Amino acid sequence: MARAEAPETAHDPTAAATAATLEVPPELMAQSLGEWLRAWLTRIRSGDSGVLPVILALLIITIVFQAISPHNVFLSAGNLVNLFQQSAVFMVLAMGEIFVILLGEIDLSIGYAGGVGAAITVQLVQPATAKWPWWAAVIAGLVVCVAIGALQGSLVTRLRLSSLIVTLAGLLIWQGTMLIILGLAFSGYPSLAGLDSNRQVLYNLMNGTIDPTISWIAAGVIVIAIAALLWFGDSRRRRSGLVAPPVSLTIIKIALIALIAIAVVAICNVNRAAFGTLAGVPWVIPIVLAVFGLWTMILQRTKFGRYVYAIGGNPEAARRAGINLAGVRTLCFIICSFTAGVGLLLYASYLGGMSGNVNGGQLVLYAIASVVLAGTSLFGGRGRVIHAILGGLVIGGIYNGMGLLGLDVRWQFIVTGLVLLVAITIDSLSRRSATSGSAARV
Amino acid sequence: MGQVVKDSTLGEPRFKARGIDKHFGPVQALTKVDLDLYAGQVTALCGDNGAGKSVLTKCIAGIYEIDHGQFFWEGNPVHIRTPRDAAKLGIETVYQDLALADNLDIVQNMFLGRERMRNGLLNEDDMERAASTTLAELRVTTVRSIRQPVASLSGGQRQSVAVAKAVMWNSKLVMLDEPTAALGVVQTKQVLDLIRRLRDRGLAVMVISHNLNDVFEVADRIAVVHLGRMVTQGNASEFDRQTAVDYMTTGASSRAGQQASSEGVKSGPR
Repeated sequence: MARAEAPETAHDPTAAATAATLEVPPELMAQSLGEWLRAWLTRIRSGDSGVLPVILALLIITIVFQAISPHNVFLSAGNLVNLFQQSAVFMVLAMGEIFVILLGEIDLSIGYAGGVGAAITVQLVQPATAKWPWWAAVIAGLVVCVAIGALQGSLVTRLRLSSLIVTLAGLLIWQGTMLIILGLAFSGYPSLAGLDSNRQVLYNLMNGTIDPTISWIAAGVIVIAIAALLWFGDSRRRRSGLVAPPVSLTIIKIALIALIAIAVVAICNVNRAAFGTLAGVPWVIPIVLAVFGLWTMILQRTKFGRYVYAIGGNPEAARRAGINLAGVRTLCFIICSFTAGVGLLLYASYLGGMSGNVNGGQLVLYAIASVVLAGTSLFGGRGRVIHAILGGLVIGGIYNGMGLLGLDVRWQFIVTGLVLLVAITIDSLSRRSATSGSAARV
Repeated sequence: MGQVVKDSTLGEPRFKARGIDKHFGPVQALTKVDLDLYAGQVTALCGDNGAGKSVLTKCIAGIYEIDHGQFFWEGNPVHIRTPRDAAKLGIETVYQDLALADNLDIVQNMFLGRERMRNGLLNEDDMERAASTTLAELRVTTVRSIRQPVASLSGGQRQSVAVAKAVMWNSKLVMLDEPTAALGVVQTKQVLDLIRRLRDRGLAVMVISHNLNDVFEVADRIAVVHLGRMVTQGNASEFDRQTAVDYMTTGASSRAGQQASSEGVKSGPR
């Protein structure tokens, strides 16, 4: 109670300061790095830990699997690249799902909605039949995904049906549709393996690599670009007296990004083939980064993104602000299905073809688990695209590590489920203790 | 508080309503309601629950369309059919639930739906500067950071943000629905001070309230509705607690016309 009243009584500086450190993000108040660290620790203790738990989970997974995997193979370059390729599908699906989850809705259909798109793409590049150029086939598949999203989104927003039910129906309908498309004209399933360069492009989405030298140059350019944006943005805000993080924090952020980029390129450039050479950054990394960068920009820097958060936080406030709720919501479902199309295309590339055994029901649950265990709220309004990346790595890490141990899919299911349960329990408990402290706020 | 000004010296009301009727099905919510709102004056709209305060407010805000009657804006007849019409005239409403998104920060809430853009992206710097200027002008100084989420604000601070959001758009008439209903003593004082500052900026302010403490504290004029009819309106000095209560409960006052003294204001029964 004293804490809740504190901001009102400005003449009591200590109480006000305590309240502020508890409730205001540290980067808003701190003038120096030391202050920032102290504010950050206070905030974590008060229950709002941000992405810290998921990073801890990643560390634990790494340490455990490195210790118990045969020949400590978990952290070998070859396995890490493989791990990222496995995680990429979960990450991309999760980056789509997050748009719908931010609204407080859910889309259960994306595994098979994306599957329909990927099946169409793979069928269209088959040299025996359609012979479409790869880019046209990709566009056709993604357009179908957009149409699926528009249909489901309209049913949810215009007819006010529950998104859970609409997309549950979608899950079944698109699974059937996918199987029909895959069964067309072929006895076996359409494959991406082949010598023609057209199919090779799609196969290389996941499996192709960028030349090691070019990888270094590209990584350098990207890091410098991001660093420049961060540096000039923050210093401009500091100069005009706006809320901005301390200089040292900006430098640390840039250093961290550079470090990650160097580590990723260095690992990928190690020769990971048993015979011959296989080195370089796989194409899937820039693809995932592109989706990540684009969707982050849309959510954080555009009107549409702002409205997504507003609708998730308080739909009535959004309505009174004159926001077109139905339009924004429908667009979120479209983006979700579109991104799922990209994700399943990567999956098809990973599998070297499209198969009727693709388990879209499990993929969507992994995608939802990814964002939720990284701290996105299923009730809407809270979450960031980076959650999809971090959560996807956790799920992919478990999947990969269990595979290395020779444990089959039964144990993967159980462990993944337990990790999700533990993650959301910790999150929910810490938040409950955080809110009960300020429940007295009037 | 506020100096007593005779209606004649106030000139033309900024907003006039004449003969407003509104019904919902068989229920007559408003009957021939007249209302004057002056620039630089706080008008308190009083009435018991169900008297028609909210319906009248929502008609002016464009949420309900009136059946009969006419609105006048600075003397000219106007039609207000949608919230957009009202916003165009410079009418802003702060509803009791405030309509703030808890997960957004103060700047994001203040500009929600009217974001400033640069090269197709949100112009955060510009919005942050404008929001902090407005808050400084209204002397809302207790918030720690303009970038903190609204969820972390106290009730009084939230009310202040909602009011700042309303006055940012060169608004000329601000209507506040029960602005102090959920607030403690300190925060109520904060909000009443804020209302006075709006008046001093030359805005027409209407406060809907049935808290007579607040009404007599801040209002220059008082208008009372009873069962959908405007039973009286005039300078706050013409009322004391008893007459106001009489009007609110019975629609008339036996003491009407009697001179209400400032002593009556202070010691009248609640």
